[in-house]
Amino acid sequence: MTTQLFRTCPESGLQFHRPAEWLMRANAVVAVVILLIGGLTAVGVTLTRWPAIHLLPADQYYQLLTLHGINMLIFWIIFFEMAVLYFCSSTLLRCRLATPRLGWVAFGLMVAGAVMNNLVVLRGDSSVMMTSYVPMPANPLFYLGLILFAVGALIGCFIFLGTLVVAKEEKTYEGSIPLVTFGALTACIIAVFTIASGAIILIPTFLWSVGWIAHIDAAMYRLVWWAFGHSSQQINVAAHVAVWYAIAAIVFGAKPLSEKVSRTAFFLYIAFLQIASAHHLLVDPGLSSEWKIFNTSYAMYLAVLASMVHGLTVPGSIEVAQRAKGLTKGLYQWLRKAPWGNPTFSGMFISLIGFGFIGGISGVVMGTEQINLIIHNTIYVPGHFHATVVLGTTLAFMSLTYYLIPVLFRRQLAFPALAKWQPYLFGFGMGVFTLMLLAAGTLGVERRHWDMAFTDSALGFDYPASAYTLMGIAGISGMAAIVGGAVFILVTVVSVFFGKRVGSESSYGTVTSRLMRAQPDIVPSGGHAAAGRWGFAAPGTFLFALFFLAIFVIYYAVNWKYLASVWPLS
Amino acid sequence: MSSIQPPSEILWWKQPLDRVEGTWIAIALVWSLIMFVMMPLWHVYGKQNLSNEAYRTTPEAFQAKTMAMVNEYTVRTETDQQIPVVRPPPGSDVYLIARLWQWWPMLELEKDQTYRLHIASMDWQHGFSLQPVNINTQILPGYEIVLTVTPDTSGEQTIICNEYCGIGHHNMVGKIYVTEGGS
Repeated sequence: MTTQLFRTCPESGLQFHRPAEWLMRANAVVAVVILLIGGLTAVGVTLTRWPAIHLLPADQYYQLLTLHGINMLIFWIIFFEMAVLYFCSSTLLRCRLATPRLGWVAFGLMVAGAVMNNLVVLRGDSSVMMTSYVPMPANPLFYLGLILFAVGALIGCFIFLGTLVVAKEEKTYEGSIPLVTFGALTACIIAVFTIASGAIILIPTFLWSVGWIAHIDAAMYRLVWWAFGHSSQQINVAAHVAVWYAIAAIVFGAKPLSEKVSRTAFFLYIAFLQIASAHHLLVDPGLSSEWKIFNTSYAMYLAVLASMVHGLTVPGSIEVAQRAKGLTKGLYQWLRKAPWGNPTFSGMFISLIGFGFIGGISGVVMGTEQINLIIHNTIYVPGHFHATVVLGTTLAFMSLTYYLIPVLFRRQLAFPALAKWQPYLFGFGMGVFTLMLLAAGTLGVERRHWDMAFTDSALGFDYPASAYTLMGIAGISGMAAIVGGAVFILVTVVSVFFGKRVGSESSYGTVTSRLMRAQPDIVPSGGHAAAGRWGFAAPGTFLFALFFLAIFVIYYAVNWKYLASVWPLS
Repeated sequence: MSSIQPPSEILWWKQPLDRVEGTWIAIALVWSLIMFVMMPLWHVYGKQNLSNEAYRTTPEAFQAKTMAMVNEYTVRTETDQQIPVVRPPPGSDVYLIARLWQWWPMLELEKDQTYRLHIASMDWQHGFSLQPVNINTQILPGYEIVLTVTPDTSGEQTIICNEYCGIGHHNMVGKIYVTEGGS
């Protein structure tokens, strides 16, 4: 048996297994390179949809939009998630990573697949969007690239699961796995389901593209493809919620209000999150309303319930931790005195707010069976998923990266002043951008559409002037978010490759320490609630949650009212 | 650092709920159930519902039905391409072809009358987006979707394709005219 080398980070106390550390670094670095490609394509897409600029010709716009979608929604996120999975298993559980060599095979397959897919789209014969809806054909290598990437990611998931087994077998931790690892396990289970669905649809589609299968049914393709396409975004939800809990723990020493509630909420994700892929099929022919209602509502909104629970317990755990430190004045002293200059915290908190208020509410509204009639395939849809995947997931991952640069890469953060402002610029730009797209979508502006002015069309249509204004503001705020993204890449690349070293190489050893249980609470007399109000441990968070609910209810009702104004249909 | 450590209690699932959590879960669950019930209720009391009536079809079969309607009810043609404008009788079955990159033919409907609008794609996937009224559905090859629709506003409506369908996607535009009743 080979000797396993570990090092312990002196500041964080985290213990890194050397092969796992290199795998995490490699996956995170490639993720950021892909984020750069995605960001460059975002410039072209944003400036083309900004009506006053309308930069690119149609063919290039559709080509860049295809690249942007696949790189951002699949490659960037899943490469980063591989690093998160290895971190949450090997590092958090203080154990060796299972089969690190296979980890490099997985990494190699993912890189090969991503490169193949990008090159084929760049050649110009596969501008089919991320969804590649049949029977619109793409080059066979387009599908093959995705399949290779998925196989690699699947191997990564099994390495994560194998590492959990190793940790349990070698007793590297006491008791149950930490909540954050439980969240990563949730993400991993959803990922396995996602990748299996992807294989079920992409392998036949590949065979169809090379002529071995005669026909792929369009409705069947959509049903199975979305079990892949939407679920891949559900991996993100589970992963970024786990990252929120991790950052709350790292920055504040926060402890979940109760393990039972937070873990049950993750379990609800495993059980119900995937079926909401039906969101995409609400106005498709061939499906019954009973099927649509049950699936689109995650079986009675049980996964929405889970997200609403996390939305309370993450900031609630921060509030309790802050109150325990004596920040008990008023309802919000704990929040005012939070470290707003630390990008790890500010990014995480903006991610939480953006995901909940913009992404969450818009997602539930447009996923309502009948309301989807006024929203399907309008630019409202990208408005929604930029709030979930960009404000939510991407910003959460950026925040975690700021923490990982000294801890994992052992480099000092370069340009700390820029890093401090980055989450605000990115978050504010993206927040305004998403709100503009939601509003423009409500006016019927379409997604994936080169020209809202229809200048080359024999039959035109005039959108109201307000739609043009909204798309113009979306262009400006989108560019602000892109600048924010560029600052992130600048800070991380300079830090990782040119930053000042922290610690020394010789600190690796074979001695490891076991992960102990968290200290039991030192509960103030009268329980946590004594530090809060109204018998609530986290009264500020509770009031904030009620505010969220009020906005949710009002916006939901407004959309039913809007629906009632369109032509009667039956 | 306890969310990244094992729970402090061995029997963590026996810890009592915090009051703030219990209250919020109850509120959120009630709201979830209200949202769930809204959809079936709208099927009973609301006016905007899809019947989900749909049939398998082929381009040839659907084209034949459309041609029969066009031959019988065309009232005029529009644009250089001589696209027929069809005025089918109220209550009848109306056919609309989606193909690269055209909605064919144009329709002239009467306000407050009900029509059974059949739509199918001849080739790739398309999106039926009626603007400015803002009704959007998915159109697939091999499937004929039937919308039972009652236009309640008069004037010109534009059909925009909102499912990406290749390089001419943004030029795929059609028209539905709604005339005041009794004309």
